[in-house]
Amino acid sequence: MTEAPAKIAIRGLQKSFGRKHVLRGLDLDVPAGSSVVVIGGSGTGKSVLLKCILGILQADQGSIRVDGSEVVGASGRDLEGIRHKFGMLFQGGALFDSLPVWENVTFGVRARQRIGRDEARRIAVENLGKVGLAADVADLMPAELSGGMQKRVGLARAVALEPEILFFDEPTTGLDPIMADVINDLIRSLTRAMGATALSITHDMASVRKIADYVAMLYEGRVIWYGRVEDLDRSGNDFVDQFIHGRAEGPITVGTR
Amino acid sequence: MNPLRRIGAGLLDFCQQIGSIATFALVSIGRGLAGPWYPAQILRQMIDIGYYSLPVVGLTAIFTGMVLALQSYTGFARFEAESAVATIVVVSLTRELGPVLAGLMVAGRVGAAMAAELGTMRVTEQIDALTTLSTDPHRYLIFPRLLGGTLMLPLLVLVADIIGVFGGFVVGTSKLGFSPYTYIDQTLQYLETQDVVVGLVKAAVFGFIVTLMGCWNGYQSRGGAQGVGAATTRAVVTASIMILVFDYILTEIFFSR
Repeated sequence: MTEAPAKIAIRGLQKSFGRKHVLRGLDLDVPAGSSVVVIGGSGTGKSVLLKCILGILQADQGSIRVDGSEVVGASGRDLEGIRHKFGMLFQGGALFDSLPVWENVTFGVRARQRIGRDEARRIAVENLGKVGLAADVADLMPAELSGGMQKRVGLARAVALEPEILFFDEPTTGLDPIMADVINDLIRSLTRAMGATALSITHDMASVRKIADYVAMLYEGRVIWYGRVEDLDRSGNDFVDQFIHGRAEGPITVGTR
Repeated sequence: MNPLRRIGAGLLDFCQQIGSIATFALVSIGRGLAGPWYPAQILRQMIDIGYYSLPVVGLTAIFTGMVLALQSYTGFARFEAESAVATIVVVSLTRELGPVLAGLMVAGRVGAAMAAELGTMRVTEQIDALTTLSTDPHRYLIFPRLLGGTLMLPLLVLVADIIGVFGGFVVGTSKLGFSPYTYIDQTLQYLETQDVVVGLVKAAVFGFIVTLMGCWNGYQSRGGAQGVGAATTRAVVTASIMILVFDYILTEIFFSR
């Protein structure tokens, strides 16, 4: 499928909540150093997929290998070791609202190593700079920031750990088109600069075309199409065509309940 | 549905809940004790639970002591045992009313706040974010709260005991015709160390119950503002009922002493 070895290799992944089967045998390879974007409608299990890879949710069946280490069934120290490779930008930013921006940005760094406050502040300002925020933002509380700025701080927090793999959960949702483009540019440039592998989930097609190397289309808990972003418009797949053009009519039926 | 079946399903559900609460508590305590510790978090919780509950608990205690003095005087005057008032006030306060009333007030103040805070952190993905930043939520969020509650409630109750006795003293000397010396002498003469110790043990158990219910209900909350609201209500109601149930159990255990 791809030249680079898979950084994350997922095989036959299944996850149910009660009687609801969210993931039904999902296969996906994320090649090292590239950016894969998973698209699909709401409720198709995109977020569940990310949480299973992080080990926040325990998969029912199947295998998730990160650099060859199995996540499914791993516990304690092993899981912590694997999580060290990840940084994640959450949909709403998920900033800790009791802490000022600079403590948010350096939270992960300070959890891993003992550093003084001055050093932490320096790291915070440096990473805020990477996402285009001035140093005086460092002392604000998250509630004082706009949605776009919260996303940028969330991004700074994710990259501050210099992770090998970055996850982006709907990075542009809820932002105006210009801010969305700024975030897309940042995602692109930061992952390139770090040489990181990126896995994003979104249903914003503008974002997909901007940040993706490869696209995977999720439908009913499986990947029904996978290919290079350049091939997205000639996938020959009715499901993909319907989704990328945003048509109500097509093989994908939206439940009315 | 078959009524027997409904009862059975309800019972199974209840047992499952108890099991998951117990697991939650054990995991938090186990991981919390294993470290790394978060002294700043523990201190914050101790101040929040102990210091900031003082006004509420103090007011409850002083009026309880005052009303106890009046009521027991009315009752005991009927068989000319008015001199027992001071003893009744101090023994009921230390053994029973101090811990129970402080527990209930703290459940309303602290348990509700914990459920709301953790519930909001859950629905805004801040708890998931902690996990991705190499921080175990059980260690960072839950354990400091459980520890703070268990340590601070006995101290609060000790203060409440003293304030409550003072309330009885004020009413006894100003309205019931006790001389200050007699009242204090009566208070101390029949008071045993056991009375206070039993009360403090109860307080520690109640402190654990209140914080555990606050944390568990908040941690498990789902589905936005409504979910957080429901979790807050559940935290206060379950903690209050459990305080009364455990009060009886503990009283029975210490009955002969």
